[in-house]
Amino acid sequence: MDKLLSLTFIGLSRGAVYSAFALALVLIWRAARIVNFAQGAMAVATAYAAYSVTKATDSYWLGFVAALVGGLVLGALVERGVMRFVDHSAPLNNVIVALGVVLVITAIVGMIYGNQFLPFEGPFDQRPLMVGGTGLLSPYDLFVLGTVLLIVVLLALLFTRTPVGLRMRASAFAPEVSRLLGVNVAGMLTLGWALAAAVGAVGGMLVIPTELGLHPHAMDLVFVSAFTAAVVGGLDSPVGAVIGGIFVGLVLTYSTGYIASDITPVAILVLLLVVLLVRPGGLFSTTAARHV
Amino acid sequence: MTATEEVENTRTQGATTLARASTVRGGAFGRTLVRHAVYALVAIVVLIVLTSALAGTGNTFLNYQLAMVCAYLCATAGLTFLTGINGQLSLGHGALMATGAYGAALTIRALADRGIEAVWAVFVALLVGVLAALVVGAVIGAAAARLRGPYLAGVTTVIAIVVPAITTTFDGIFKGDQGLSFVTPSPGAVPALLSNEEWQAYLGIGCAVLVMFLLANLISSRFGRQFRAVANDEVAAKLSGINIARTQVLAFVVSAGCAGLGGALMAAITQQAAPGAYSLTLSLYLLMAIVIGGLGSLAGAVWGALLLVALPDLSTRITDSLELSPDLAQKLDGNLALAIFGLFLIIVMIVAPGGIQGLVRRLSGRLSARRRSAGS
Amino acid sequence: MHRIARRGLAIAATLVVAAASSACGGTGDSGSKSGDTTGVTDTEILFGTHMPLTGPASAGYSKIAPATKAYFDYVNAQGGVHGRKITYKIKDDTYNPATTNTVVRELVLQDKVFAILNGLGTPTHTGVLEFLKSNKVPDLFVASGSRSWNQPEKFPHTFGFNTDYTVEGKILGTYIKKTWPDQKVCFFGQNDDFGQDSLAGLETVLGADKIVAKQNYVTTNTNVAPQVAELAKAGCQVVYGATVPGFTALLIGTAAKLPGGTFKPQWVISQVGADLLTVGTTLGAAKPLLKGMVSDNYLPSVYDATDPWIKLFKDINDKYNAGVQFDGNIVYGMAVGYLTVQALQRAGKNLTRESVVAAVEKGGFKGPGNVPLRYSKSDHSGYGGMRLSKVNDTVDKQDYFGNPFTTDDGKGEVKEYTEAVPAPPANGIGTA
Repeated sequence: MDKLLSLTFIGLSRGAVYSAFALALVLIWRAARIVNFAQGAMAVATAYAAYSVTKATDSYWLGFVAALVGGLVLGALVERGVMRFVDHSAPLNNVIVALGVVLVITAIVGMIYGNQFLPFEGPFDQRPLMVGGTGLLSPYDLFVLGTVLLIVVLLALLFTRTPVGLRMRASAFAPEVSRLLGVNVAGMLTLGWALAAAVGAVGGMLVIPTELGLHPHAMDLVFVSAFTAAVVGGLDSPVGAVIGGIFVGLVLTYSTGYIASDITPVAILVLLLVVLLVRPGGLFSTTAARHV
Repeated sequence: MTATEEVENTRTQGATTLARASTVRGGAFGRTLVRHAVYALVAIVVLIVLTSALAGTGNTFLNYQLAMVCAYLCATAGLTFLTGINGQLSLGHGALMATGAYGAALTIRALADRGIEAVWAVFVALLVGVLAALVVGAVIGAAAARLRGPYLAGVTTVIAIVVPAITTTFDGIFKGDQGLSFVTPSPGAVPALLSNEEWQAYLGIGCAVLVMFLLANLISSRFGRQFRAVANDEVAAKLSGINIARTQVLAFVVSAGCAGLGGALMAAITQQAAPGAYSLTLSLYLLMAIVIGGLGSLAGAVWGALLLVALPDLSTRITDSLELSPDLAQKLDGNLALAIFGLFLIIVMIVAPGGIQGLVRRLSGRLSARRRSAGS
Repeated sequence: MHRIARRGLAIAATLVVAAASSACGGTGDSGSKSGDTTGVTDTEILFGTHMPLTGPASAGYSKIAPATKAYFDYVNAQGGVHGRKITYKIKDDTYNPATTNTVVRELVLQDKVFAILNGLGTPTHTGVLEFLKSNKVPDLFVASGSRSWNQPEKFPHTFGFNTDYTVEGKILGTYIKKTWPDQKVCFFGQNDDFGQDSLAGLETVLGADKIVAKQNYVTTNTNVAPQVAELAKAGCQVVYGATVPGFTALLIGTAAKLPGGTFKPQWVISQVGADLLTVGTTLGAAKPLLKGMVSDNYLPSVYDATDPWIKLFKDINDKYNAGVQFDGNIVYGMAVGYLTVQALQRAGKNLTRESVVAAVEKGGFKGPGNVPLRYSKSDHSGYGGMRLSKVNDTVDKQDYFGNPFTTDDGKGEVKEYTEAVPAPPANGIGTA
């Protein structure tokens, strides 16, 4: 029982960071119907920016801001500079261009910072708080959970309560009509990318301190877990991303704890298959597949 | 358009698809078969001449590269059939190649343990590799048939990362990360006459041409039309009586068999099957190859297979040719090649959305148009 | 096949032929005279290697081959070996066995290297053993502690370099047995030959039943908290880690983060993952956790500025390697270079593939290592022992203590080795 409890808390805190990253994937999917395979590499790039700023100023929070701003800029840059020119009638072309972006970013950060692991710490203690002799979540875990929750609330407010959010939703779902109604669809797309990249940057900031350290490939495996999380939750649903992330975190931890550390991909596959064979559009899918 | 009109419309489309399908039966198909056979023969002759010419240069690495192109071609052609023709996305074909590779490796090792090191053992090994991949492909295909778009991508991505988990969990059979190494039997009783690499190239050519021949015929057959119909409009296809799920599973199985052969070949050529060689990166590279090559035609798969071998080689060659100070070399080593590779992907996709084959088609179209206008 | 496909093939064929004619630079004169002189001319010797320069596994390792190259440049500047300059071709294999297969064939078949030197990694190098054997290419000083390189009957051209993991496990195990006889010993290792061989060595000395908990990890799963929690639950007092640097940091960092913060075992970490500089950098502010960590090594310590070998290698690093951060990887790369030059000196003026293999098999090399290299006709393994080291209280040094130990990978006893490390020759180039 003790083991189950401790594994559950480890799983929750791992899951929360996947949630943050899965949210970024959901954002781009909603804005552009693209699974952004470059999300991981982009988050790595912004984390390096944060690393440099933190190193120069000795302030974690200035680094955090740098990552956030860097994310906005990088997202807009990738959309305006590259993605805009990709033929959208062939959906796979986006994937390939995103993979190209991954290679270029990995190469550039590798050239600047080298291929070694750099220390990357969180702002809070990672030791769990003790309640009645059992370790619960650490201050850092609470920070991660709080941040993820804040992002979800802010996004919900943005999309439901602000005119910009409404325009973004409109241009994603019905670009032609929106254009007729005078919405700057292209601008909304750029904004969507910028926003998603910023959320991804925050996700990276939250994940990397719990991993091996900062490295050009630091987000590779996280990307796979987060992608799985987004798919489990349903790519259209931010809430689904959060729940999916928690699911993946728990499954990874339980399978490591109760079976073996090398079996985890199989456990993830089983989770995916079970969820998707019952609900092919993820747990929180709203649009049913068309049947005849 | 009202709902009834829409249904009506799709029904007509479905009917057209079927009508088209029926015309290729009989005489027309026979002619296609002959045409494909002739092409296959020509390809074999050209490639054999090429192989021995390459061997004649004394640089058998080129033979090895040709053999690798052939191994990749089996996989890219299979993936083109699945993704380009049938419209199903797979980010996990590396895992199917791994299945073929391990099937072949285990067979060669088992036969060698019994003292059998004859050339036919290689063919048995390739066959076992294909069969193993067919079985795994059927299982994955059955699940995949229910999924679409990014959800299928998600499942196949995880399948790609399952390979090392399985090889380390059952390391008694698969020998974990280290993988299985072995000696691929070769007819080279007189190594001076037929180098190992040359023999591997012949083996590769045989397999690749066979795969291309079978797939080309399958695509232009009645079944082929069904596969395309499912990709173009699922609803229309269903209305015209095509069993969508069955077609999709079948496409996955065929594609898996090709990937399995590619993997088995790769194992036979490199004399090793190790999980590190069949990572998610390989699966992504296969997809990249067929899209950059030109999705939707087998010719694109050829370009893709060529690129998989030539592009890493070229980008390192470019960086090697630069004279760098040790300081700069430390930073650029490997990374510059990676950047060149990435930029190439981005630029090709933007300049030629139809891939290289699309570009070739466009250029040759323009050329023949000019010739026609010059003639008139 | 479609017309287009055929045309594609034809163009492809033309391309390949064009590449062939441009790339072909004459065939080697192998088999002539009294031996195989591929890769050797009157003025040059060509070596090749495969290393991860990029990718997740490249951290640290990417510095080794450039350091070896820097040592060769240093030797070349003094006239080379028997009048021949050494050229070192470094190929990036990203630690992917498929790429290793390709780049090694490129080096052997196309670039016609004399030998493969210091190819890195067990899964990567295992795949090219057969190929190198069938092409009779000397396969010198493989960079991995696997025991596979020591199979002289099966692979007569392959030689190891590192002290193997089993020998290391026995030496560290002996120290544990002597120093903490009544404590609970546990094991945390990588789920491959590294972990398995280390555990085998440890068990040989302690007995399998004396290890109260055994946990392992895979490099693709950075979530080690469940395993570390198990170690804590088992009440481990000494934990032997067969871990790569990143996972050493994760292991020690995660242990400190366990609820209660009471899990503070004595860490005994394999040389592979114990470099203070590397692990300390990854841990960042948590670096003090490394205090008292026991490890071992067979090459000069970078923290001993008075060591003549370190002085020599630092000098070369400054002059020929752009003065990159001096760490254990640089020392390793230079030590490989030094040994290679020793072997070449001994092989003599009429250098052939056969003569260099014979030169290495003659054994008895004296160099920077604190224990002897074991090379002989029947033994192709590298260093045969280790000297223990400990991280000091201020966590800025990882000094050796006591004498080195030697042993074999079987049941042989662990012996103290008392011979001192010879000083490097004045010109920094080893003689036969």
